[in-house]
Amino acid sequence: MRHICLYFQVHQPFRLRIYRFFDIGESHDYYHELNNRVLMQRIARKCYLPMNALIKKLITKHTPERFSVAFSVSGTALEQMQLYAPEVLESFQDLYKTGGVELIGETYAHSLASLKSEAEFRRQVALHTDTLEKLFSARPKTFRNTELVFFDKLARWVSEMGYTAILAEGTDTLLGWRSPNHLYTARAAPELRVLPRNYQFSDDIAFRFSNQAWSEWPLTAEKFAAWFQALPQHEILVNLFMDYETFGEHQWPETGIFEFFEAWVEKMLQDKDVRYVTPQVAIADHEPVGEVEAPKPLSWADSERDLTAWLGNDMQQDAFESLYALETLIQQLPIQKHPDIHRDWIRLQTSDHFYYMCTKFFADGDVHKYFNPYDNPYEAYVTYMNVLADFRERVEAALPGTD
Amino acid sequence: MLGWEFPPRIAGGLGVACYGLVKGLAHHGVKVTFVMPYRSGQEPPNTYRLLGANEIEIPADTTLTTTFWKQVRFYGVETYLGPYLEQLERPTLTFHAVPEPVSETTSRGGAIRLFFSGKYGADLLDEVYRYAYAVSFLAQKEEFDIIHAHDWLTYLGGIALKQLTGKPLVVHIHATEYDRSGENPNPLIRDIEARGFAEADLIIAVSFYTRALVVEKYGVPPEKVWAIHNAVLPKDRQPIPRPPRRRKIVTFLGRVTYQKGPEYFVEAAARLAPRLPEAHFVVAGTGDKLRGIIQRVAELRLGSRFSFTGFLPPKEVENLFDLSDVYVMPSVSEPFGISALEALRAGVPVIVSKQSGVAEVLRYALKVDFWDVDRLSDLIYGVLKYPAITSFFRRFAQDELSQLQWERSSSRVIEAYKTLYP
Repeated sequence: MRHICLYFQVHQPFRLRIYRFFDIGESHDYYHELNNRVLMQRIARKCYLPMNALIKKLITKHTPERFSVAFSVSGTALEQMQLYAPEVLESFQDLYKTGGVELIGETYAHSLASLKSEAEFRRQVALHTDTLEKLFSARPKTFRNTELVFFDKLARWVSEMGYTAILAEGTDTLLGWRSPNHLYTARAAPELRVLPRNYQFSDDIAFRFSNQAWSEWPLTAEKFAAWFQALPQHEILVNLFMDYETFGEHQWPETGIFEFFEAWVEKMLQDKDVRYVTPQVAIADHEPVGEVEAPKPLSWADSERDLTAWLGNDMQQDAFESLYALETLIQQLPIQKHPDIHRDWIRLQTSDHFYYMCTKFFADGDVHKYFNPYDNPYEAYVTYMNVLADFRERVEAALPGTD
Repeated sequence: MLGWEFPPRIAGGLGVACYGLVKGLAHHGVKVTFVMPYRSGQEPPNTYRLLGANEIEIPADTTLTTTFWKQVRFYGVETYLGPYLEQLERPTLTFHAVPEPVSETTSRGGAIRLFFSGKYGADLLDEVYRYAYAVSFLAQKEEFDIIHAHDWLTYLGGIALKQLTGKPLVVHIHATEYDRSGENPNPLIRDIEARGFAEADLIIAVSFYTRALVVEKYGVPPEKVWAIHNAVLPKDRQPIPRPPRRRKIVTFLGRVTYQKGPEYFVEAAARLAPRLPEAHFVVAGTGDKLRGIIQRVAELRLGSRFSFTGFLPPKEVENLFDLSDVYVMPSVSEPFGISALEALRAGVPVIVSKQSGVAEVLRYALKVDFWDVDRLSDLIYGVLKYPAITSFFRRFAQDELSQLQWERSSSRVIEAYKTLYP
């Protein structure tokens, strides 16, 4: 018996427009409406709609019993679907109804709030859950944090919030000598099951698939399936987690990514012992083999698997700290009375804004540049700080006792 | 008159000064033809004549080129034009040899025209040579009594015209290579400057500060150099309304280069930020030091207290001054610093470095050595904290400004011209 757990991340940020100094105090319109709309519609056309159709076809053909997948769709992505591509939301709703899909909980804004504020983190997770409830009538039981950021305290909070499973990066730091192809439990929260990502296999698809310089290129369905068969018999749960935009965007249709995916699934399912399962099915069917702990936050991005891609340089840290310095002020403003401030507070927390300021352009630059609206990290920082200056003025002006 | 910038296409004080001077001279009845690299047609309406070097028709005869080039050609050097470049990045520029002057041309009968971008791009030197070549053909076509060339960019053209017509050459110094690059001048540019000073019949420096500098650094005889200060045009529009905000705006404006001392502004801000939560610092302009400055601000965790506007066109410069509470010009070396007058014109108190020409003409300005960050911080603090300073400046600076009119400066220029035709 071998279980493969596929989880896809669907996320889009509200990218900022070029917000200038002269806009501060004059315009509270921060977002690049055109850019956001065009990108969402393009990704819908190139990835979301065709890939959803393919997944649906596989679920229908093989039944959810044998082929299921999991999605985490961020709140900002859901908002953009509603605004710019309602057919995509319908397509996901339709897919969910097949019974072959598990929806996963995350922070609404795909934010790094867990690193800064437990209260804000919990608030955003609750907001995301409410949104899933409203749009899908789904209550998530599995959690994934932005970019798979995982640490002990987080495990505890998530467990307290009623989640039974969490996704994590299968780094050596987390697992040591142990294989990612098992189920674990969090030492900080023994009830919480941890599914570590097999980054080798995941990145073969997500990053290396079309890389002609890769020694394994071209990756065929047969070759990839053979690698699974070559795994030791006792490694029975393989977790493949990746951005959904891998299909059709990061890897263009011309690379054959769609055909590859379908052929690989078909090939794997020829073996009657193979099942594609969701995280909840995985934790029901498997026993944990050990405990993991992470005193310091770990993530899935870049070669270091840490947070330097978001908070590695001074610009990122300054922006991040300046943003969260507003938290206590914002909590004094009732959401009903100041919906716009709360909306922007959420959107400005999206981790992509900090990612755009990353200066590590050498090893991982290609991924960082993807969908990046800025020419360079300095521009990203300057624009963000201008927006934040205006936002702070609005927050201060709205506080009780000022007018 | 030969110049590189004219509104609306300006990068800094040079274009503003040329505009003011040409207007002032026209006011006194001097007939001026201002030759710039490229005329966009969007220049302000005028009583003087504007001509683009791109409009000058040149015979399509290469022997002329060769002859001309023998006189002005310089051989290849690696050079760094950092302070001039418009990009944020610091590109590496290598000029292995001076390229042929006629690169892109448009044909009209037997004549050609040269291409000019009028920008400070990577091919600036090529364009400087092309400009000189084009301008030399004015010798046969135009009638004039005086050749007046602004900054090194046009000196070669001025020299060529002088050699061909025997008319007197006036070179006008708005900035020298030592102002731009400190003690390590670009040898090629310095050489062009020195040639211009040597060939000139008369030199005009925009301040005593600059006059002393050219005497010291280029060995120019002092009696050849007139110091004639820049001025400011009267304001021709209403200020934009200030939004009701509690923030106080402290402004730095200029190319973000060594010459302008942006680091001192940032270090002063670092001292002030904790004591003045209402202060917001604006860095307006671009240049080769911009990235370093942004990095430093981030390192100091002051990003939320800073705004970087990038390059601002003249209209937005005025808008920025209308919003500013104090203007800081911490230049390491500033021949004049016309932006200080523009700030005062908008009623903004100014703090200028003592290493600037404008400090000579302003009594009602706060002055500080550029390196004295503590003193600079004190002065900014004082201006923001004590409104009496601002109202005092508003009152007296306006009187002072009324003395600094281009009509007056251009009278002095005419006086200087007259010594060439005794």
